[in-house]
Amino acid sequence: MDFLRATTWAEALRMKADRPDATPVQGGTDVMVEINLDKGRPKALLDLTPVAELTEWSVESGNIRIGAGVTYTRIIAELADRLPGLAQASRTVGSPQIRNRGTVAGNLGAASPAGDSHPPLLASGAIVEAESVDGTRMIPVGDFYTGVKRHALASHELIRAIHVPVKRGPQYFSKIGTRNAMVIAVCSFGIALNAEDRTVGTGIGSAAPTPRRAVEAEAFLAGNWPAGDLDPAVAKRFGELVAAAAAPIDDVRGSSGYRVHALAVMARRTLGWAWQELRNGGRS
Amino acid sequence: MSIATGRTQETGQGIGQSLLRPDGTLKVTGEFAYSSDLWLDGMLWGATLRSPHPSAWIRSIDVGPALKVPGVFAVLTHEDVPGEKFYGLEHKDQPVLAIDQVRYQGEPIALVAADHPETARRAADLIEVVYEVREAVTDPRKAAFDLTIPPVSVHGNLVRHQPVRVGGTFTADVVVTGEYEVGMQDQAFLGPESGLAVPAEDGGVDLYIATQWLHVDQDQIAPCLNLPKDKVRLTLAGVGGAFGAREDLSMQIHASMLALRTGKPVKFVYGREESFFGHVHRHPAWMRYEHGADRDGKLVYVKAEIVLDGGAYTSSSPAVVGNAASLGVGPYEVPNVFIDAYGTYTNNPPCGAMRGFGAVQACYAYESQMDRLAEACGLSPVEIRVRNAVSQGSLLATGQVIDTPAPLADMLRELDAMPLPGPSSLDLRELPGGVAQTTHGEGVRRGIGYGVGIKNICFSEGFDDYSTARVRVELLGDEPHVLVHTAAAEVGQGLIMVKTQIAQTELGIDRVTIVPADTTVGSAGSSSASRQSYVTGGAVRAASLAVKERLDALTADGRSLTQVLAEEGPVEETREYRHRRTFPMDPLTGQGDSHTQLALCVHRAVVDVDVELGLIKVVELAAVQDVGKILNPLALEGQIHGGTAQGLGLALMEEIQVRDGKVLNPSFTDYLIPTILDMPPMKLSILENPDPHAPYGLRGAGEPPTLSSTPAIAAAVRAATGLPLSRVPIRPDDIALAVLA
Amino acid sequence: MTTLTVNGTEYPLDLADPRVTLLDALRDRLDLTGTKKGCDQGACGACTVLCDGRRILACLTLAAQCDGREITTIEGLESHPLQDAFVRHDAFQCGYCTSGQIMSAVALLGENRAGTDADIREYMSGNLCRCGAYSNIVAAVREVARHA
Repeated sequence: MDFLRATTWAEALRMKADRPDATPVQGGTDVMVEINLDKGRPKALLDLTPVAELTEWSVESGNIRIGAGVTYTRIIAELADRLPGLAQASRTVGSPQIRNRGTVAGNLGAASPAGDSHPPLLASGAIVEAESVDGTRMIPVGDFYTGVKRHALASHELIRAIHVPVKRGPQYFSKIGTRNAMVIAVCSFGIALNAEDRTVGTGIGSAAPTPRRAVEAEAFLAGNWPAGDLDPAVAKRFGELVAAAAAPIDDVRGSSGYRVHALAVMARRTLGWAWQELRNGGRS
Repeated sequence: MSIATGRTQETGQGIGQSLLRPDGTLKVTGEFAYSSDLWLDGMLWGATLRSPHPSAWIRSIDVGPALKVPGVFAVLTHEDVPGEKFYGLEHKDQPVLAIDQVRYQGEPIALVAADHPETARRAADLIEVVYEVREAVTDPRKAAFDLTIPPVSVHGNLVRHQPVRVGGTFTADVVVTGEYEVGMQDQAFLGPESGLAVPAEDGGVDLYIATQWLHVDQDQIAPCLNLPKDKVRLTLAGVGGAFGAREDLSMQIHASMLALRTGKPVKFVYGREESFFGHVHRHPAWMRYEHGADRDGKLVYVKAEIVLDGGAYTSSSPAVVGNAASLGVGPYEVPNVFIDAYGTYTNNPPCGAMRGFGAVQACYAYESQMDRLAEACGLSPVEIRVRNAVSQGSLLATGQVIDTPAPLADMLRELDAMPLPGPSSLDLRELPGGVAQTTHGEGVRRGIGYGVGIKNICFSEGFDDYSTARVRVELLGDEPHVLVHTAAAEVGQGLIMVKTQIAQTELGIDRVTIVPADTTVGSAGSSSASRQSYVTGGAVRAASLAVKERLDALTADGRSLTQVLAEEGPVEETREYRHRRTFPMDPLTGQGDSHTQLALCVHRAVVDVDVELGLIKVVELAAVQDVGKILNPLALEGQIHGGTAQGLGLALMEEIQVRDGKVLNPSFTDYLIPTILDMPPMKLSILENPDPHAPYGLRGAGEPPTLSSTPAIAAAVRAATGLPLSRVPIRPDDIALAVLA
Repeated sequence: MTTLTVNGTEYPLDLADPRVTLLDALRDRLDLTGTKKGCDQGACGACTVLCDGRRILACLTLAAQCDGREITTIEGLESHPLQDAFVRHDAFQCGYCTSGQIMSAVALLGENRAGTDADIREYMSGNLCRCGAYSNIVAAVREVARHA
């Protein structure tokens, strides 16, 4: 196996063009597990940690552009006010040690349906900035996941950044685990209300081959946007539609029946919190 | 090679004080040498080829491709085992390497030694094994009782059937029945199996190993290597936790075979996944109970059928069955008992020793029954237990008289009187689900539950259970100094302090060094069954007293101790210590004084359950335990915390999931053990009602809390949810989907 | 040739196989065995070390990625008060997780995450202790944080 170490973004792109079989590695928290357990033997690794440009985030036209090297720890510390859903999800990723290394871009690159950052990215309509020597592509995150651990990147492309819209209303993330810390999601859910547009974004994790939105649930809520208090029947229906959007399996972490049920509960509850926050103009 | 155990203690402490760990400084500086840290120049690395199938004939093994790999020094199969081909703790039924067939997934088939661990692993993967896969026998009840099921073992499919029969009245005014299951728990010590075998010039082998019992390892290894025991020398290397999983052999014979074959030191270190296949687990259990009582809640009878799945090989299953049977009604007075406890062979992973050893499974069931009985009789969980509690003079189901203090009723009352925790705040970390934010308080119900456990301390059923200690007093730097040498395994329990403290107390000398444990001194028995403070403590005390007697005689003429030691040289005595004799259980009635000591612990659990999602936060655990005599308060509390935490794990999350004989979750991402956020603060009350038969009146303490915390937590979850919940670990599905229904 | 800087000492390292983890490099090449291997997949915390002052898992980090970075292991602590506190509070039994616990706690103090017991628990939750010494770990960290 070859080890390529890029020190600049331009160099990284050239290396990836030369070696499309190289697996990019940032924090290593996904890639290294595969290597340690000898489950995948990449022909080459492309280390992006020295690329300084990637470790920055910036505000660009209402979005936060999060460089591919920005760790979960920094998202929690620096972006919780603007990207609360993503920050909440980041706080549940692995352990403090993992969060010091792991990145949202790495989560996208691994494209595991259980990745914690996917639901908030879906809910807030994030866009993946993919780049290669040929140029830049902006991929809506909903189009990014193409299958179990598969994604829309071409073999010579790398993730440069993720553009996440600054919150336009309350956001919540909720995740089921069978212990109270350091746990892979049994299933998870993200919600983002857009108060001005009267729309809602959703994201479902670990309950289908890919992370996915609950499109019907979104349409239902937009069409039944409460005038005042949230009608419990609306919240319940929203939960049911979220659950209906999932296609979970039975595995060691939980049954499909439980996942469907839990999604309905999480969707109903998070909508309730979001609505209350919206009404209160602050915390739920 | 030398194994450091710690610095000399400079300060006098003696029993009853919280002497700090002599090995503590090494452990906090990273200098303590665990077995996986050992290193010799030129050593080779061992790897094991294991069966992917739970049941198969082996039609052929071709090691040729592995031997061709550069860097490989040896590839061995069963044909290369120099001596006996089988080993085992109770029956020698486990092949060193599989012969013609495999009986569980992960069974070792071949060994490789190479100059690099990855080379060894890759070469092992190149060994070509042709299997003829058979249907695995995986249902323990069918295996035991359905005669059409083919035998897994040469012994058939029944390891042991132990009945207990007392009285003849099996009708009562109030009858409750229940079926209960306990999943397969793993010891999940943090330091996976490892060891280093070094070939010796005399043709023997020196083995540095993390184990619980050096001498029983030696007893099993030597015949397989076709060596006399004195040529198989074991030294205890640092042990990264044990909890029963190191009582059976793992790679001891394998490493020795490779070392003898290659003439080079060979080191094995299992990874986490291999560790799940490299040791026995806690027996999963299916149990059916019927309790009959009068209208006042006084027990009339208990009937129980207990099936413990021992998996493919015997390990310690017979003794586990004995415990489940003899302690199967718990610490209650029951005039009529009808128990059948079975251990079975299947093609599931082998099961054997884990903290609590057979008593854990039964405790979960009988305590669940006591709660049902309380409800049926309209009594509180505490009251039903108090009314039936044993006390000194009570009979166990085996007919054995409890002839030492057993103040269970008082313990329960004390537990009940402990203040309850207040409501949790809305800090996510105090809510079920934690920062994963599944609730802001919605659906959360509080529940309180109680659990009571009784555990036999030391080995039972007539086993010749003893320990050996060599104590020497000599001058070191012109000052009297004690050396204590035993073969007892320090696995983290703090025996190293207890031995030091006993020597200090009996000899009146502060400076004590614990010599590394090895086989140059007599057996100490196993670091299991909560027995080492009792038995090795007893041996150190006896040897210390013998030394003291000689020193007293020598100083009787007025010379000082220092003077005597300077003039007469060191004074050394070795003593064996045995606890009171125990007797076998009658094979038909289960009667007999099978235990030497019994210990009680009671737990109260307070939980918050999100009943809609089935997620649980244990808010507080309180415990009252009678230890007879506190030797080291700090270390003792640690044992109660740790035992309780492992019981919490069994109640709520820990299970090796096995389907068709295959393990589905051999990793720490899917076999979950409690984190610091799962284990709540504890309230402890520790009683000292001495057992006059034991050294200082002490009672073994490590296991009892593992028994009672599981049923207490399960009961609390039942109280919060109103669900019967007859299986542990309780999974979110069990609550959420049942509430939905 | 990679250069690892560990506890202030530079070690040139020939990484013919770039898959060598920082953990294996520390343990097998540099004879710094204080950092432990417990799970191979970032799920136990036993291999926690500091990289440029931040806590990371050595099993999920390639040695080659650490070129030019400052690694601190348990061997690099110089009588840190946490070490003494862990001994006095009996914050371990077998001790296998202890190096990782202490390195995690050292980082936690720097992160100002020891304000309450709940904080300590949350930010120590990446380090498993199978012996169940959690109460005493909280006590040890709390004591040092209060006196810091």
